[in-house]
Amino acid sequence: MSVLVIVEVGHRMAGEALAAGQQFASAMGAPVQAVTVDAEYTADGFTATYEAHVRKTKPKLVVLAHTYQTRDWAPKLATRFGTMLISDVIAARFEGWPVFVRQLFQGKFNADVRAAGDGPHFVSVQAGAFPPVAADAVETLSLAAAEIRQRPEKPFRESARAVDLTAAPLIVSVGRGIKEQSNIAVAEALAQALGAELAASRPICDAGWLPMERQVGSSGQTVAPKLYVAVGISGAIQHLVGMKGSKTIVAINQDPNAPIFEVADYGIVGDLFEVVPALVDAVRKAKG
Amino acid sequence: MKFVVAIKQVPLRDSSLRIAASGVWIDEANLQYEINEPDAYALEEALQLREKHGGEVVVLCAGPERAGQTIREALAKGADRAIHVETSEGALDTLATARLLADAVKSEAADLILTGLQSDDLGYGQTGVVLAELLGMPHSTIIMQVEIQDGALRVKRELEDGWFQHIGMPLPAVLTIQSGLNKLRYATLMGIKKAKRKEIRVVKAEAGATAPVVIEKIYAPLKSKQAQIFTGDAKTAAAQLVEKLKFEARVL
Repeated sequence: MSVLVIVEVGHRMAGEALAAGQQFASAMGAPVQAVTVDAEYTADGFTATYEAHVRKTKPKLVVLAHTYQTRDWAPKLATRFGTMLISDVIAARFEGWPVFVRQLFQGKFNADVRAAGDGPHFVSVQAGAFPPVAADAVETLSLAAAEIRQRPEKPFRESARAVDLTAAPLIVSVGRGIKEQSNIAVAEALAQALGAELAASRPICDAGWLPMERQVGSSGQTVAPKLYVAVGISGAIQHLVGMKGSKTIVAINQDPNAPIFEVADYGIVGDLFEVVPALVDAVRKAKG
Repeated sequence: MKFVVAIKQVPLRDSSLRIAASGVWIDEANLQYEINEPDAYALEEALQLREKHGGEVVVLCAGPERAGQTIREALAKGADRAIHVETSEGALDTLATARLLADAVKSEAADLILTGLQSDDLGYGQTGVVLAELLGMPHSTIIMQVEIQDGALRVKRELEDGWFQHIGMPLPAVLTIQSGLNKLRYATLMGIKKAKRKEIRVVKAEAGATAPVVIEKIYAPLKSKQAQIFTGDAKTAAAQLVEKLKFEARVL
């Protein structure tokens, strides 16, 4: 009985996957093995390689970081073992059998999920859920022979980022609650009053209301400003991972149960179209 | 070409959700439903690909009887026909869903299967990948652009931190689509009218094997911080907040 940690070397979550693996292993009284593959990534190639390794070493539990790469191939691996990846896990308990905690409905609820059967169980952990340890002692596997159907080209960046949100000390960020493109001005006025950068959650950029380079979240920028004001942002996990490290978080939202209030220091539950203009006045007054 | 789009029906965004008496799922009474948002982008992409390459768009959906309405809406937007794998109420795990979808679509000989990258309810984010594995097709995920040239696929995959990558693969294949890669269309009146006559093939779901994962309990998350919430009228709340930002958080 062992725990296998699959490490994406060089990824910022490498140490988090290892930390989770070590924590689960110690709760299970099991040894840990950490492995990686030293080859260009393809879903077919990685699945075949790790399948062979799991069949050989027979771990009880396989732990990964919930990265974009993991999402691309780990479900395929789990399927080959007749099970599924318990993805985006934030905690675990061991009560004879492992119970993993993950979020449902974009963070509105948590669920305790039990892995049935004898394993191997496959789990990916959410960014920020397990404080990282040093990602050393990782064994390198060579790529297994397999038919590889994906032909990856060289990764690229769309264009140099004109807006570096990571350097901004103050950020006002706008979400779906703003309802219409013309209403962005409401949030912009607050950003101006505070001297803050304007940012947004993904749906706003998807709609083209603000450029993609102003997006905060797992597919955008990860920020940790002194002050982050979330205007009409419900707080889906994809957004939270990009901003929960902010020093002070203010949430303005109509829904008192919005997940954004779980990470907020201060909150106003109400209609943002009344609250934000009032806030603009109050900020102006306070700054004299 | 034959394009299949796997869609899921989920509760309307911003629904007020309550935990069911069973404690293992939400109370589904009196809820309204809509298409899972990433699946709406997958549907739009399939419609655009059909406009470009010709062929047919088939909607594939596993869900209870009520999912029929969401399927009808997809037909109204322009899909040609649908397969509805009718399940009982409540959530199925991803593997069970993917198995149902795979069984239902096998005989279709699809060229390209599209689905959203994740669902807004369970959020496991793997149905498309598992479906590809069950069908023995290549796949790629989190796709921002789809090109079909000479019977092969070249897609733009989103990586993290603003990086992208093009990936080529043969057809048939499965892709999971990222939100925002296209602009969603609305159903026209004509489309709604036409949808009434389009075929929906209903397949009753067979009881599946033992679930690999079981939800033991769902509950409201514990707050990691206790937010100070300001109430009252907007002006008072705003003044209280600014006071705190200035003197407690010292960020103004």
